[in-house]
Amino acid sequence: MQETNQGMQVEKFYYDNKIVKAFGFATVIFGIVGMLVGLWVAIQFYYPASSFNFAPTTFGRLRPLHTNAIIFAFVGNATFAGVYYSLQRLCKTRMFSDRLGWIHFWGWQLIILSAAITLPLGLNNSGEYAELIWPIDIAITLVWVIFGINMFGTILKRREKHLYVAIWFYIATWVTVAMLHIVRSIELPYSLTGSYSWYAGVQDALVQWWYGHNAVAFFLTTPVLGLMYYFLPKAANRPVYSYRLSIIHFWALIFLYIWAGPHHLLYTSLPDWAQSLGVVFSIMLIAPSWGGMLNGLFTLRGAWDKVREDPVLKFMVVAITCYGMSTLEGPLMSLKSVNAVAHFSDWIIAHVHIGGLGWNGFMAFAILYYMIPKMWGTSLYSKKLATNHFWLGTIGIIIYAVPLYWAGFEQSIMWKQFTPEGQLKFDFLQTVTNIRPMYIARSIGGSLYLIGALVMVYNLYKTMKQGKFIANEAAEAAPLVKNETKKKEYWHRIIERKPVTMLVMSLIVVAIGGLVQMIPTFLVKSNVPTIASVKPYTPLELQGRDIYVREGCHTCHSQMIRPFRDEVARYGEYSKAGEFVYDHPFQWGSKRTGPDLAREGSDKNRRPDSWHFNHMYDPTSTSPGSIMPRYIWLLDNKLDISSTPAKIRAMKTLGVPYPDGYDKLANVDLMKQAESIAANLKKEKIETAPDAEIIAVIAYLQRLGRDIENEPKPILKQEKNN
Amino acid sequence: MKFINYIEKVSGVDILGLLSLLVFFLFFIGMLVWVFKTKKKDFNEVSRIPLDNDNLPTQQ
Repeated sequence: MQETNQGMQVEKFYYDNKIVKAFGFATVIFGIVGMLVGLWVAIQFYYPASSFNFAPTTFGRLRPLHTNAIIFAFVGNATFAGVYYSLQRLCKTRMFSDRLGWIHFWGWQLIILSAAITLPLGLNNSGEYAELIWPIDIAITLVWVIFGINMFGTILKRREKHLYVAIWFYIATWVTVAMLHIVRSIELPYSLTGSYSWYAGVQDALVQWWYGHNAVAFFLTTPVLGLMYYFLPKAANRPVYSYRLSIIHFWALIFLYIWAGPHHLLYTSLPDWAQSLGVVFSIMLIAPSWGGMLNGLFTLRGAWDKVREDPVLKFMVVAITCYGMSTLEGPLMSLKSVNAVAHFSDWIIAHVHIGGLGWNGFMAFAILYYMIPKMWGTSLYSKKLATNHFWLGTIGIIIYAVPLYWAGFEQSIMWKQFTPEGQLKFDFLQTVTNIRPMYIARSIGGSLYLIGALVMVYNLYKTMKQGKFIANEAAEAAPLVKNETKKKEYWHRIIERKPVTMLVMSLIVVAIGGLVQMIPTFLVKSNVPTIASVKPYTPLELQGRDIYVREGCHTCHSQMIRPFRDEVARYGEYSKAGEFVYDHPFQWGSKRTGPDLAREGSDKNRRPDSWHFNHMYDPTSTSPGSIMPRYIWLLDNKLDISSTPAKIRAMKTLGVPYPDGYDKLANVDLMKQAESIAANLKKEKIETAPDAEIIAVIAYLQRLGRDIENEPKPILKQEKNN
Repeated sequence: MKFINYIEKVSGVDILGLLSLLVFFLFFIGMLVWVFKTKKKDFNEVSRIPLDNDNLPTQQ
C-alpha cells in the first residue's frame, strides 16, 4: 500500500547501524556471561563446593549477579539494539543524536560493569532486581533519562505521521521503568556504598513486589512486545494480524499489569485487600497477554511454510508460545490455592525461566539473527547451525523446566505432609536432598541452552565475516507535513500521533494502580497493626542483619511464616505485619532453598550459639547433607564497628525509635553484647574474638522472632537473658 | 520522616476507588468505540508502516 506522500520532495538520510551493532555485541557478550553465571549457581545446588568457599562466588552473591546480568545486561542490551534499529526505521529518520546514543551505550555498560564488581563484593541492598547500591541507582536514572531524550527526540523529528504500535510499547516502557526505578530506589545512604530502604517491612515488601513484578512487565515484556510488533511482520513480510487488537491489548496490558504485584505476597502479612487486588488483576491479565500472543501467532497464518524455512520465525514462534504459556501460568499461580503450593518452591524458578529462556532469550536470538545479516548486507552464514541452535535451546528449556516443576511440586507437597500422629512427616533437609537429581537435570538443560547460544555466536561471527558492515544505511522518505487538514478524527487517533500525550497518558495509567495500593498501606494505621513488644534491633543485631543482607541470605531463606498448619508446626506462630516495622529493608525472601528463619531465635527453634558458629563454619557438620555454602570468612572477618553511629543515625531518621544521642553510645552496647556471646561460645569450648563478624550474625539470628514472645522490656536489657 | 500512619482514618476513600474505576471504564469504552468505529482500511495502512520503509534495499 502506498503512503499519502506522493508528489512530495523526498529527503535522503542514513540510518545509524553502528549503535545497533554496539548494543548487539553487548547483548551477545552479557548474554553468555549471564548464562554462565546461571549455570554456575545451578551447579552449586548439588555441588556446594563449587562456590570454592570464596565469599564473592557464593550463591547469595552470584544469584543477584545472574538475575541482573540477564535482565539488565542481556535483555536490556537486546532491547536497546532492537529499539535503535526499529525506531529509526519506523520513524523514517536517523536517531535524534549519535552522541546521546553513545553516552547511553557506554553509560549502560559501565553500570553493568559496576554491578559485576559490587554484587560479588556483597554490596547490595537486597531488593530483588533492585540490588544495586545507591550511586549506581543514580547512574541508572541519568542514563535512562538520556535514552529517553534520544528516543523522544527521534520520535519528534520523524517523517512518519503515525506512531506504529511498537513505539507505544517503547514509550510505555520508558516512562514506567523510570517511575518504578525511582520509587523503588528511595533509600537513605549511610555511607558511600551502603543505604537503608526508605520503607520498612510490609511497606517495603509492597513497594518491592510492585517494582519486581513490573520490572518483569515493563523491562521484560512491553519492550519485547514492541520488538515483536516490528520484527515479526518484517521477518514474515506481512503486517500484524490485527492492529485493532494491538491497540486494545496495549492499553489493557499496561493498565492491568501495574496492579498485580501483590500476588508475590499471598498469605504474607500484607493486608488482605491488597492481596485480593493482586489476584483479581492477575487473572484479568490473561486477556491482554493472550491478545498479544494470538496477535503474534496469527500474524503467521497462512505463512507457516516460512516458519519451517526461516530460523528467525522459528525462534519467534517458540518465544511467543512461551510468552503465552507463562502469562497463563502466572495468573493461575496467583490463585491463592495454587500459590500455597507454588510459592517459595522451584516451581517459581521454572516459571520465570519459561519466560526468561523462552520469551526473552529466544526473542533476543531472533532479532540478532534478523538484524546482523541485514546490517552486514549479507545472508545468515548457516541456516542449519541456526536450526541446531533452535533445537538445542528448545530442548534445553524443556530439560531445564520440567525437572524444576517436578521438584517444586514434590518439595512443596513434602513440606505439607503430616504423620497420622500429627507430626511433620519430613525434616526440611530431607525435602531438599530428595530433589537433588532434579537440580542436576536442570543444569543439563541450562548447559544445552548455553551451548546453543555459543553456536549462535559462531554463526553470527561467520555471517559478519562474509558480509561488510553498513555503518550508515541510506534511506529516503518524504518529510512530514504539518497541519494537514483532514476529516474529523477520533481522540485516540490524536493521542496516537502525539508522543508526549502518549507518554503522559501511559504514566497516568500506570501510576494509578501503584498509588491505589500504596497510599492506604502507607497511611492507614490499621493496615500495619503495631505490636508493643517489637523493639528495634540492638546495634550488634543491626550489624549482623547488614551482614545477612550482604551475603544475600534471603535468596535461600525466607522470613515469612504463612498461616498454614505445616508452617506453624515447623517454624512457629505465623508472621504478623507488626513484627517487621523496623526492617529496612524487609527480608521476607521469595524462595526457600533452606528453611524459613523468621523465628530462628524463638523458644521453639532456638539453638545454642555454638550451633550457629559450627553451622556457618561447615553446614554439613550440624546438618549432614546440607547444600548451604560454608561461610568461613565470617569467622575471620573483623566487624567494622566504625559504621555503627552512621547506621543508627540513618535508622533514627527513618523513624526507628532509638533514644536521642544513642549513635554515640551504640558501640558500647554492641561490644557488651558481643562479649557476652563470645563468653557463651567459650563455655562451649569455642574461642573467638568478640569482634568477629560471626558474633554479629549470631546475635541477629538469635533475635529473629523473639519479640512477640517477650514481655515488653527495654531493648538493651534483653540480651542479658541470652 | 517516617511516612506511615499519618491518616488514621481515610474518609471518602471509597469514592476515590469508584472514581478511578469510572475513569478507566470510560477510557476503555472510549477506546473500544474508537477502535471499532475506525475503518479497517486506516488500520491496514498503519500496520504496514514497518513493511514500507525498505526504501533503498541494499540487501535481501
